[in-house]
Parts: sequence; C-alpha cells; structure tokens
Amino acid sequence: MTREPSLIEQVAAVARRSALGMYRQRALLFFPMVFPLILFAINGSALSSATEIHGFPTHDYRAFLIAMPFVQGAMFVSISTGTNLARDIETGFLNRLALTPLRSEAMLLGQLGGAFVLGCVQAVVYLLVGFATGVSFASGVGGVFVLLALSIAISFAFASLGGLLALRLGSGEAIQGIFPLLFVTLFLSSSSLPRNLIKAAWFREVATYNPVSYLLEGLRSLVIAGWNAQALELAFGFALVLALVSLGLSGTAMKSRLARA
Amino acid sequence: MPPVSDPSAAIEVRELVREFRRGPRAVDGIDLVVQTGEIYGFLGPNGAGKSTTVLMLTTLLPPTSGHATVGGFDIAREGARVRAVIGAALQEAALDMILTGREHLALQATLQGIPAKQRKARAQALLERVGLSEAADRRVGGYSGGMKRRLDLALALVHEPRILFLDEPTTGLDPQSRAALWEEVARLAHEEGMTVFLTTQYLEEADALADRIGIIDRGKIVAEGTPAQLKAEIGSPSVEVAPVDKGAGDTLAELLSRFGALQRDGRGSVTVQLPGGEAELAEIVRVLDSNHLRVESLQLHQPSLDDVFLAKTGRKLEGAAEE
Amino acid sequence: MRRFFDVAHAVAWRSIHNTVVNPAIIVPSIVFPLFFLVAFAGGLSRISDVPNFHYKPGYTSFQFVFVFVQSAAFGGVFTGFAVARDFESGFARRLLLGAPRRSGIIAGYAAGALMRWLIVVTVVTIAGLIAGMNVYGNGIDLFGLFGLGLGMNFAAALWAVGIAMFLRTEQAGPLIQMPVFVALFLAPVYVPLSLLTGWVHAVSRVNPITAVIEAGRGLLAGSPVKVALSFALLAAAAALLALFARRGLASAERAG
Repeated sequence: MTREPSLIEQVAAVARRSALGMYRQRALLFFPMVFPLILFAINGSALSSATEIHGFPTHDYRAFLIAMPFVQGAMFVSISTGTNLARDIETGFLNRLALTPLRSEAMLLGQLGGAFVLGCVQAVVYLLVGFATGVSFASGVGGVFVLLALSIAISFAFASLGGLLALRLGSGEAIQGIFPLLFVTLFLSSSSLPRNLIKAAWFREVATYNPVSYLLEGLRSLVIAGWNAQALELAFGFALVLALVSLGLSGTAMKSRLARA
Repeated sequence: MPPVSDPSAAIEVRELVREFRRGPRAVDGIDLVVQTGEIYGFLGPNGAGKSTTVLMLTTLLPPTSGHATVGGFDIAREGARVRAVIGAALQEAALDMILTGREHLALQATLQGIPAKQRKARAQALLERVGLSEAADRRVGGYSGGMKRRLDLALALVHEPRILFLDEPTTGLDPQSRAALWEEVARLAHEEGMTVFLTTQYLEEADALADRIGIIDRGKIVAEGTPAQLKAEIGSPSVEVAPVDKGAGDTLAELLSRFGALQRDGRGSVTVQLPGGEAELAEIVRVLDSNHLRVESLQLHQPSLDDVFLAKTGRKLEGAAEE
Repeated sequence: MRRFFDVAHAVAWRSIHNTVVNPAIIVPSIVFPLFFLVAFAGGLSRISDVPNFHYKPGYTSFQFVFVFVQSAAFGGVFTGFAVARDFESGFARRLLLGAPRRSGIIAGYAAGALMRWLIVVTVVTIAGLIAGMNVYGNGIDLFGLFGLGLGMNFAAALWAVGIAMFLRTEQAGPLIQMPVFVALFLAPVYVPLSLLTGWVHAVSRVNPITAVIEAGRGLLAGSPVKVALSFALLAAAAALLALFARRGLASAERAG
C-alpha cells in the first residue's frame, strides 16, 4: 500500500541523489573549486602593492582579497547546479520525477541539496587556504563561523539562481554561456579595491549598485574590520533576497515547465 | 462535450487536440477507447503525434482541447490521481547516468511512497524480473541500450500501476532485447491484467503485441481495429506460384483461376487472390500436385499493416517519416 | 606545397564562413577582452597612484596592451574549442579523409584564428580609444605592436589546436584554456614588473609573456623595449608549438 511521502522525505530523496551526483563527479568539481584559489594566489601577490594606496583598509592584500574566492566559488556552484538541472530537463529525467507524487517545491529544494553540500565543502577549503596564507580574523573565532554561515548562504542563493536559469533556459549549453555574465558582476564590484578608492566614478557607481559588492564586503568585514553589523546585515540580506526571488521565480518556472495537471 | 463513460475502459479519449504555438496541430481531434487488460498499439510514423498523445495522457502536457480519462480520472483535473495509477516508460530512457540501477529504483520507490520496509525487496524483485540483478549496482552510464530500456520498464512498474504507457520502447534495440521486452509486455497484460498503451513505428511490433491497433498519421487516427480486422479491410491474402517449366504458365493460370482473381508477371509466375483466406492454400497444393505441375516456389502474401497505412493515407508507413 | 595551401585555404575559409554565418561564435572572443578592459582600466585605475608606478600614456593604455595580448591569446584558444568540437561531431574525420596534405589543416585553423582576431582587435582598439587610451607610438611602433599580437595569436592557436587534436573532445576545453589564462596572469597585468613582489615577481621575470606585454607597452608609449626578444620568444614558441600541433595531428591520424 503506498502513501504520499511527506515533503521532507521527498526533499531528502531528491537531495540525496543530487549530493551523490556531485560526489561521483567530483573530478569535474576540481576546476571550479581550484580556479578561484588560483586567482586568489595570483592577484593576492600581483596586487599586493595596492595596500600602499592611501586609505587602503589593511596592510595585507590577501586579507582584503580572501572574500573573492567565496563569492566566485558560489558562482561556480550556481553554474554546476544549473547545468545538472538543465541536464535533467534535456534528458527527460525531470519528466520521470514529475510522474511521481513529488511536489514542485520538493523537486526544487532537493535539486539544491548537492549545491548545499558543495557550498559547505568549498567554504571550508577556502577558509583553510586563507589561514594557510596567513590571513587572520579581526572578528575572532566567532567570526569564522559567521563567515562560514554567510558563505553557505551565498552559495545557496547562487545555486537557486542557477536552478532558475536552468528552468528558464532548459539547456546546459545556455547555462554555460551565462557564466561569463556572472563573472562580470564579480569584477564590476569592490572585489579588488574598496569602493571608496575606485577612481573611475562610473565604475564606483556600478559597484555601489551591484549586490555582489555587499556580499564581498560582508565576508571581508569579518576578516579585516571585526564585527560590522551593517555590512553583515547587507550581505545576509542580499543573499536572502537573491535566494527568495530565485526560488520564487523557480517555483513558477517549474510549474510552467512541467505543466502537470 | 463530456466523455462518454465506458465502465470497462481504462483509457477514454474524446476529441483530444494539442496545438503548439506557431505550429501545426500535433494531435488533431483523436478519439479512442482502451479496454482494461488490453494491449493497445498506437502505430504511426515519426511526427504523427504518438508521443504527444502519450505526454497528454500521462499528464505531462496539457491538451489544447478535448477530454480524456485514464484509470477513470480526468487528465486535466485529476492529474495526481492519474499519475498514481499509471506507469510510463517514455521515448527517452531518462535515466541518471551517475546512479546505479538499484539507486534508481530506491529513488523511485521513495518518491512513489512505497513503505521503507518494502523498498529493498520490491527493487530486488523488479531487477530480477527485468534481468538486471547482476548489473544492479553498476552505474547506468555503463548500461547497454537494452539494459537501459529494461530499467526504464522496471521503474515504471515500481508502484504496481494498473495502466502502463510505453512510448517506442524498442527503438534502437537489437532483436534479442526487443524479443525479451515483447515477452515481458505480453506477460504483464495477459498474466497480470495490466492495460498497456504502446506506441511504435514498427509494424511487426504492433502486429505481434497489440490486441488492437490505432494507426495515427498527421495527428489523426486513420484506422483502428485488431490487426486481422485492419488487414482484412484491405484485402485477402494471395499466393504467388512460380512453375519450374516457365512455359507452363497458361496451364498454371487455368488451374488457379477457380480460386480467385489472377495476375501474371510475364515470367511464368501466377499470383492468385484468396478471398477464402489462407485456408485455401492446402487445396491449391493438392490441385497442383494432382495435375503433376512442378513448382519452383510458392509464396503466401498476407496484407500488412503497411498496406493498411498505404490504403488509408496514400503513403507507405516506412518512409512516411521522411516527409 | 600547393596542396598544403589548398587545404589551409579550405579550412580557413570554413572558419571564416562559419563566423560570418553565425556571428554569435565570435562574441565571446570580443566580450572577454572588452570586459577585462572595462574591469581593469575602470576598476583598478587607482593602482596608478601606487608610488613608483610610471607609465606615461596612463593606466588605460597600460591595461589596453594586456587586453590586446589577451585577445590575441584567447583568439587562439577559442579556435582550439572549435577544433575539439569538430572531432566530437566527426567533421574532423572528414577533413582528415579529404585533405591531401593534412598539415594544411593546422595552418588553416591557425589562419582562421588570425582572421577572427583581426575583427576582435579592431573592436578592442576602438573600445580602447573610446575609453581614452593615449597612443604615443608612431606608425612603426604600432606595426610592431600588431606584429606581437599576430605572433601571440599564432602561438596560442597552435597550442590550442595541438591539445584539441591530442584529446579530440570538448572536455579538453579547460586544459586548452587554463594554462594560457594562468600564463597571461603570471605576467605584469596590474602593475609594472618592478612593482611586483613575492613569488609572482619571480615567476613573471621568467614568463615569456612578460617580455611580450612589456614590449607592447613600450611600443604604445613610443619607447620600445625588449621588442627583438619578444619576437624571438614568439618565433621560438611558434616553432615548438607547431611541432606540438603536428604531433597532435599524428595522434589524431593514428586514432582514425
């Protein structure tokens, strides 16, 4: 005798598959995890003279830059999540799931399961690399945990965006094509210099309106400034908004794509 | 128009239409009824509307207009109930290459609400039934096409549905895998009483498996009936006789003329229609033997479903897809 | 020899034709350098305030040269992606079957990369001028700068074609791209070599691309430095990579 599984059971089943898939394709995750570290290593050294600019908030450029791998890694998680969901759409696996009592919200949240796991792993790796390169936390041990939490929230938010893109575009190739745009938002932000030190007025304006700046600044504040409530509120806030908006739109997109009665 | 309700019908379709934006009508007002326990073959070339019909009946695509019930439930308003009573193996095998066969079944069983205690046993039973127990713990990415199709079938049966939809289940399979799948489908219908709605572009598949066949072309059903009925509509079987002595054509024609209309090919062979059916073949052999007419070859030609398709549409089924 | 050029011509023609018929192909080649120009010249211009940062034409020109070289390198890289796609689709087998002189295929792909880069570099140069870069070099200097770009594009194309022919799968993309990307960024991208410190300084000193970028900046500023060295390095790289690409072709031929 069958009974309809609870929402949690459904989410858990799909999330387990998602996480298993990520684990079994871990070789493919190597590059997305390592590339931000390569950039961190190169830029951390190549731009180290930036600390000589009057008003630069720290003497250690790596401490300034460490926030970038977390956000960049989150963008890779977005692409990875989007590509996996797009593949399910293209292969018809989504249709297979749709033939079960699985609810749309469970389908969506479950697909993000793998992203959550990847986000956690990445956060720990980047943190360890930061420590290894001599980065220290002005906010102490508590700040480390808050940074981990914020990083995972950012990964989840971007993964939700990836899911939305997959449902709207339905193609892995299209998702890969979108990735450079995400990269652009990262660079058109306060990723390399504090906003107040960006010389070009138009660039400073763009960085001010770019939510990615606040994600970076929230993470960075824990490392170089200590406890900055406003920076953390903005970072968590933007991550939450991105997640909610993406999930909300994804829900509609999922219903539209399935068009089940 | 509300559907005419037939209590013994597993699937009932009335004037079902599916239009795509800026495209032709993929399904153009079809009517059909599939009885409980029947294997219904839906035969047609590529692009005829078979898969679109299946997607609608399995609630994955909403119809533009018309009505249909599956298992007694309306596909447009009672989708969840429809899905609870059907299993479907769609045109794409739709498998996750990273998961093993067993993991697929575990996932499907969980999502279908099979109690946790029963999932393992159910999965094992299905794996044995489709002959995948040895490959169960290998990733699907390493499966052959036939193995993927068998797993697909097993997944469709996890929750013991009453109605099974199979969308071109043997396309791309080798003859051995195809035969094995046919055997299983026939067993499901005849031993377990499952209703099977099977789409195919292969004449021999429809002929071999289906209790009744609907032939669809360009979104419309052009013929429906049992294989024998459809062929009988077109005409009777014929026998082509080639004598050893090519000069004995006239004698041969005279002997065979009593059986039916004749056709001669100018090389001594004579073809005779058999309105009385292939039962007359034995008499033909006796007549030839008693008149000491030595025969080089004797071939019985049955009208095929391709002949049926040709008669109804003016085109052959094989090759209709290329248009 | 004639057959070599016939084959090269045919392959290059197809490359150009595909770009003309489907201009979206060339969009990434244009967008990436423009993006770097905007991000670096726009977002990092304050870097020129760092003590001892001396570059007469200004930071936009400073970054333009990097973007110029990067566009040439990535033009070659994207050609490698196209070659990998040809192998995956089976079209490369058609080329191998039909070409009387198969080494012409490599030349054809490289020529195609060059043609596409000419479009990209035109757009990038216009963008640089609009962004306010100063050009202090004369005609000969600029010709030299262009020559550096040509050499970079040719070398990168040979690298990318070689990898693609060895691996014959689109999965080779990161292997084609990453070494070029890392090599570019292990050069004085943001500040002159003299202002780099630590391990990046040590690596940049021996990175051949450093000489190319410094030569390019010198030519743009009208004060050429390391030009002969740069051309020598590019010629050596091209010769080695041509051998590499030829070995890749042999590998593809053996695989059938």
